[in-house]
Amino acid sequence: MSELLKVPTMAEFMAQGKTPEVLFWVGSAGSFDDRAKKITKAFVKLLNKANVEFAVLGTEESCTGDIAKRAGNEFLFQMQAVTNIEVLNAYDVKKIVTCDPHSFNCLKNEYPGLGGNYQVMHHTQFIKALLDEGRLSIGDDKFKGKRITFHDPCYLGRANNEYDAPREILKQTKANIVEMKRHKHTALCCGAGGAQMFKEPEKGDMDINVLRTNDALETNPNIIATGCPYCNTMMTDGIKAKEKEADVSVMDIAELIANDQGL
Amino acid sequence: MQYLPNILFAVILLAGIGFFIKNVKKLSRNIKLGRDIDVSDNKSQRWKNMAMIALGQSKMVRRPIAGFLHAIVYVGFIIINIEVLEIIIDGLTGRHRIFSSIGSLYGILIGSFEILALLVFVSVTLFWIRRNVIRLKRFWKSEMTSWPKNDANNILYFEMVLMTLFIVMNATDVHFQDMNSGNVISQFIAPWFSSLPDSTLHIIERGAWWVHIIGILVFLNYLYYSKHLHILLAFPNTYYGKLKPKGQLDNLEAVTKEVKMMMDPNVDPFAAPEEEEAEGDIPAKFGASDVQDLNWLQLLNAYTCTECGRCTSACPANLTGKKLSPRKIMMDTRDRLEEVGKNIDANNGEFKEDGKQLLDDYISREELWACTTCNACVEECPVSIDPLSIILDMRRYLVMEQSAAPVELNNMMTNIENNGAPWPYNQMDRLNWKDE
Ligand code: SF4
Ligand code: SF4
Repeated sequence: MSELLKVPTMAEFMAQGKTPEVLFWVGSAGSFDDRAKKITKAFVKLLNKANVEFAVLGTEESCTGDIAKRAGNEFLFQMQAVTNIEVLNAYDVKKIVTCDPHSFNCLKNEYPGLGGNYQVMHHTQFIKALLDEGRLSIGDDKFKGKRITFHDPCYLGRANNEYDAPREILKQTKANIVEMKRHKHTALCCGAGGAQMFKEPEKGDMDINVLRTNDALETNPNIIATGCPYCNTMMTDGIKAKEKEADVSVMDIAELIANDQGL
Repeated sequence: MQYLPNILFAVILLAGIGFFIKNVKKLSRNIKLGRDIDVSDNKSQRWKNMAMIALGQSKMVRRPIAGFLHAIVYVGFIIINIEVLEIIIDGLTGRHRIFSSIGSLYGILIGSFEILALLVFVSVTLFWIRRNVIRLKRFWKSEMTSWPKNDANNILYFEMVLMTLFIVMNATDVHFQDMNSGNVISQFIAPWFSSLPDSTLHIIERGAWWVHIIGILVFLNYLYYSKHLHILLAFPNTYYGKLKPKGQLDNLEAVTKEVKMMMDPNVDPFAAPEEEEAEGDIPAKFGASDVQDLNWLQLLNAYTCTECGRCTSACPANLTGKKLSPRKIMMDTRDRLEEVGKNIDANNGEFKEDGKQLLDDYISREELWACTTCNACVEECPVSIDPLSIILDMRRYLVMEQSAAPVELNNMMTNIENNGAPWPYNQMDRLNWKDE
């Protein structure tokens, strides 16, 4: 199926003297993490299906530096940012979409101060726009009656006040959307942010992802929907820890919609 | 001799206000120990935030019970203080109930004060029960040591006493009871004293009057030492609160300069360092290890903190038993700042090195590294405090000045430096997923 994926690079567009509609920022997780790669591919399938002229930077993309910044290494962050901005500006990039809320936040809010000004969208906002414009439509009722709960990623929700786009997409699947007690601005972090993903947690009496998984399981869901590769990993691990893999699946919104499209 | 009470009153009033001004000066001096930060943008949005969040208490109602009770105490306390104005004028001029000359309106005014006083009394009692009988979890976390707990209760007792004095003062005021207008609540209290002769009633009334006003002056001066300082500082603090998206963390300018220099091919790396004048702009160190390294807004935040623990009760790290508590971050910052302020007072206006700092002596590394930067604390805070910004500045110090990040994070950062990803994968493999 991989031959079906059309993933042109910026360099290729440039060589043909064309500019794509949007740059897809894949991000480090989306490029290298096995679970996140599936999300990347699902989103590309949607882009292909909707005939979106997009491009990726490919080997010219580098870590946004977001994690380094949150770990306290402002120096490394700015080195990464300035390097990336040079590449992005050289291609005269105007619009960026990404599946990672951390990249989304960093590119949208922290790059402008260093000379990188782009219109940045999270993939759920982008998918919603495709649906609104009729470039994609949710057809069959694959998820009808399924109980889906959405876990708000901190860097999409609280950090950038986007609570609606993912929910509006889910609504169109005709699934039964059930909210966790803590949701939207009171949503609990999955435990991965602030560079926690890359270290052992401090001493405590529980792992954060397990607590968040409990929140989700209280809604008795068939599917936990996510919008962030790190949340996805954390919730998947939480479900494993609770031995619920057989009953509950953790899916990114892009995967849900790709699945709905039979992609 | 007949002016003695007036003079005594004026002296007490001046002393109360004078001492308060002294504390305000100290407060502002301490806050100014912080680095400068530019918050001059978007004034209209800032005024709006202040009106909504501080005056309108918009964040308080998110927890409906506490929000409702707090609103009563807040409105009651402000409005009843109009009565203080009358007391002050009476006290200075030797008149009695000077505003009563406005006629029936006076009855309505005092009547509503009395109702509010009763409501405040009830609310404050409920607050006390929530803290001490129901023992709401957030009031019993480990950073709530004896002083914070006592402080909170002191305030509640203060308000109970002040409200009681106000009602008693009215109940024992024979003339006021005779007017029979505005004594909505006190008329039911008056019979308790009815067996007493008028002269005794007068003494009780005068006593209540004096203790009431002295109590208010003491309360005013208690603020500086208390979490109750928020009744004043909530206003500037919500005005200066963060307007940018919560996820946006500031880019350190000093770092930008260095990075730009390193990346600029036109800069001769062997050239002599920039002229001396640049020195002033470049901070002595990156990040914060002590309160003077924080900016003044972060210090204002610390003095504004109400120690309500809403932040901590939403913090994922704290909820899972980690040591980190965003409220403790704010309390520690204030405690250390107070210590630095006292040090300066004791050493003729100069800070004398005391071998202590905010990092390690107050806030441990274990706490700092437990934060997920999720912004739940910032979202919850009813007075626009940003504990995360302090955590981040202290991490910056640990990483950029001390290279003291946890080993796994150092590995992650080395990976980013070497191959542009937090994992040890080659940048040239970044598009491999396409064909997998
Ligand atoms: S940002 Fe950090 S301190 Fe604040 S609630 Fe989240 S984990 Fe806790
Ligand atoms: S920082 Fe805000 S939420 Fe936390 S204790 Fe202080 S006032 Fe309450």
